[in-house]
Amino acid sequence: MTEVGKARRRKEDARLLTGRTRWTDNLQQPGMLHVAFLRSPMAHARITGVDVSAARELPGVVAVFAGQDVAGEQGSLPCAWPVSDDIVIPEHPPMAVTEVRYTGEIVACVVATDRFKAADALEAIEVDYEPLPPVIDLETALSPDSPKVHETGNQAFSVKITSGDLDAAFRDAPVVIDRTYVQQRLIGAAMEPRAVLVSTDGDTFTMWTSTQIPHVLRVMLAMVTGVPEHQLRVIAPDVGGGFGTKLQVTAEEVLCLLLCRKLGKPVKWAESRTEGNLAVHQGRGQLQHIRLAADSDGRIRGLQVDLLADMGAYLMLVTPGVPMLGATMFNGIYKMDAYEFACKGVFTTKMPTDAYRGAGRPEATFAIERIMDELAAELRLDPIEVRRRNWIKHEEFPYTTIAGLTYDSGNYEAATDKALQLFGYDKLRAEQADRRDRGDPVQLGIGVSTFTEMCGLAPSRMLGEANYGAGGWEHASVRMLPTGKVEVVTGTSPHGQGHVTSWSQIAADALGVPFEDVTVVHGDTAISHKGMDTYGSRSLVVGGVAVLQACEKVREKARKLAAHLLECSPDDLDFADGAFKVKGTDSQTTIQELALAAFAAHNLPEGAEARLDSDATFDPVNYSFPHGTHLTAVEVDTETGHVKIRSYVAVDDVGKVVNPLIVEGQVHGGIAQGIGQALYEEAVYDAEGNLLTATLADYLLPSAADLPDFVTDRTETPATSNPLGAKGVGEAGTIASTPAVVNAIVDALRPHGVRDVPMPCTPERVWRALEGGRA
Amino acid sequence: MPRISVKVDGIAYEEDVEPRLLLVHLLRERLGKTGTPAGCDTSNCGACTVMLDGKTVKSCSVLAVQADGSDIVTIEGLAANGSLHPMQRAFHEEHALQCGFCTPGMVMAAIDLVRDTPDPSEEAIREGLEGNLCRCTGYCNIVRAVKRGAQEMGQAVKSS
Repeated sequence: MTEVGKARRRKEDARLLTGRTRWTDNLQQPGMLHVAFLRSPMAHARITGVDVSAARELPGVVAVFAGQDVAGEQGSLPCAWPVSDDIVIPEHPPMAVTEVRYTGEIVACVVATDRFKAADALEAIEVDYEPLPPVIDLETALSPDSPKVHETGNQAFSVKITSGDLDAAFRDAPVVIDRTYVQQRLIGAAMEPRAVLVSTDGDTFTMWTSTQIPHVLRVMLAMVTGVPEHQLRVIAPDVGGGFGTKLQVTAEEVLCLLLCRKLGKPVKWAESRTEGNLAVHQGRGQLQHIRLAADSDGRIRGLQVDLLADMGAYLMLVTPGVPMLGATMFNGIYKMDAYEFACKGVFTTKMPTDAYRGAGRPEATFAIERIMDELAAELRLDPIEVRRRNWIKHEEFPYTTIAGLTYDSGNYEAATDKALQLFGYDKLRAEQADRRDRGDPVQLGIGVSTFTEMCGLAPSRMLGEANYGAGGWEHASVRMLPTGKVEVVTGTSPHGQGHVTSWSQIAADALGVPFEDVTVVHGDTAISHKGMDTYGSRSLVVGGVAVLQACEKVREKARKLAAHLLECSPDDLDFADGAFKVKGTDSQTTIQELALAAFAAHNLPEGAEARLDSDATFDPVNYSFPHGTHLTAVEVDTETGHVKIRSYVAVDDVGKVVNPLIVEGQVHGGIAQGIGQALYEEAVYDAEGNLLTATLADYLLPSAADLPDFVTDRTETPATSNPLGAKGVGEAGTIASTPAVVNAIVDALRPHGVRDVPMPCTPERVWRALEGGRA
Repeated sequence: MPRISVKVDGIAYEEDVEPRLLLVHLLRERLGKTGTPAGCDTSNCGACTVMLDGKTVKSCSVLAVQADGSDIVTIEGLAANGSLHPMQRAFHEEHALQCGFCTPGMVMAAIDLVRDTPDPSEEAIREGLEGNLCRCTGYCNIVRAVKRGAQEMGQAVKSS
């Protein structure tokens, strides 16, 4: 019986398909009160007065608080990744007290008997603001005469990493390409808006929250609020998507905990979509200046990266770490002699940025994959050929890159060859030539993106070297129940990834029990007491391995008990299909029978405990490095600027696969999100710092009608850094698809003098790029 | 306060409601029908889609008073006698859901689509589900599920 590798349908589905869900906003507690937050309408202002007296008089209103009322107890929202010695981490009060620094920052709150009364009462609060100048543009923010976001200035940190002799690489280089790319700000827009519910028995607090990180959150809340960690339980019930946006310690979570403590009553807050667009941390936000030096045959000599990274108004949980996750990735899958990465974190009067699907790696991959196409164009080489001349060859693994990472395994040739074949590359190039010859108003563009990423976050030692505030291990426990059923407790915290199904497959194989006999418990710090949660494509490659190792420990305990009961040596037992069999005899017992024997404990080996239960904490020795080649064909209407994706082929190598159905689903969703960045999505702030995309009517998410069917396939080069051989898949599609689509658009329009279209490549922007090319 | 009568998933309710109360809040806050989620407030995402007298509506865009006298079916009322609706089954088989938050609305919209177009093309499915957003799946498997669900719904009609 082999479960791993099987396209098992998900155990999670039935509940979700019949509405028996436990979204945080579905939950009720007796006597529960409702919280609404008043948010700043200004990007930057001094608060000169808050009058809550009228709001307090309204029917159903239990309490109203302004920042001043909680100033002594609210603490400062944490930043767990001080990336450099010079970093400035400003105070970040959950509720603004003296100054607001982005539109949507909380300035007051109402607690009322229902959510409608709470919302109504917000309108009765009077706040006096003294406007201060907004800081919007990254480049001008660093000029000495710029208004300041914080008294310390607008630079959060500055980092430079060099490797090899960059001057030598650029000196006399036959080709130097110099480009600037903008990574626009994105709104993660998980379909479930955030919600928080906190209750107390006067002693301990229980928080239900729509989070990816119940374990990290508990530790951080204890540190921020002073509620002792052992008196705080955090539960992530059903969580409707995250994509990094729920990897955060939020103002709303801290304030709901304080309100519950102050009032002694359960309180719930449920976010509106507009609140989410305003005040969920945003993704990306980089100005990228990239220089690449190459020989005339296309061989890369050196790469210089100079980034301005938009931090927004404050540093949140891993805000400064996001660009640093790209610091060793701009070189991509390529060999080169020299590399330099420089990055300044810049404060602006906008919502803070933080992790969003891929976090740092999509930004890096975009820059290198865009500039590789520019190199190909400069040398009149096929974009695949120029990549081929530079990438690490499969026989060169393990390979230590110019940026210092050791890629353990990969086969870029195999993935690319398979992708080219599925795509019909030559035929599409012929059609492109034909359309160009005919002067067809609809031009065809072909875009390629090859990529790798460091994921499976992460080896604790390496995280420590990078100044990250925590480790990257993961924990699992396996409980053998008396009837032989199995409870797997995991420290990962799924929100759509299907861990219940995949972890069941791993445990079923490792223990030799039926898939149906395994259940997986997660997302409650009282039940799953140790965990590092779910982000960074880490769950399977770290958490899944912990499950495997815990099962192996169960098996070894069971082997000793079996030997004792069957009166043989443990070495005389073969284990297959869940049964220990004495070699050369019919004498056997199953692991499920042994669970009952351990429970009864009537006849155990000397000194043995009455349980087979085991746990394991896995800490990988290296990151994992999935890779892939994505190809897309787009039709660009040169008269209207409209872009239509005609076909999309993705060949990913995510190592060994536990559930191919789930892996394919992750790739599909990732591709769609990356296409969203390329074509549709942007968090737009005006010059005053107002968010113009505060609803889903203004912030465009791709719909079914905007996307084609994706053709996906895989190559399989096992990871060597973990016993499952898995590499992680959550972020791959997002990383690859954005540059593939933009490369395709530029490829279509290059004969028209276009060499870049800024994202999102809306019809207007494509049309303007064409106009610029014609000029 | 106006008093309304509605039937939801086969059960009759009489409720006094504020005129401004939305149908989605009637379902979720008053009747405990939390299977229907609210995702966006602006009728863009479609997560709150339910059947009102046999046609889909986004329940965030209908006032509770407008639903007076109507028969409403939510995702909670689809499975009959413990057996999933063919469209629910198809979503499971094709792995057409990940986090599951858009799923109630997506399934309701898909059933309505197939009732109007019993054998929809891929294009018809994509166009027909344009008002229902999913952030997880990239829609590929949703399209596959709706095709499968349409076939099974067609067979169910033939055999009945």
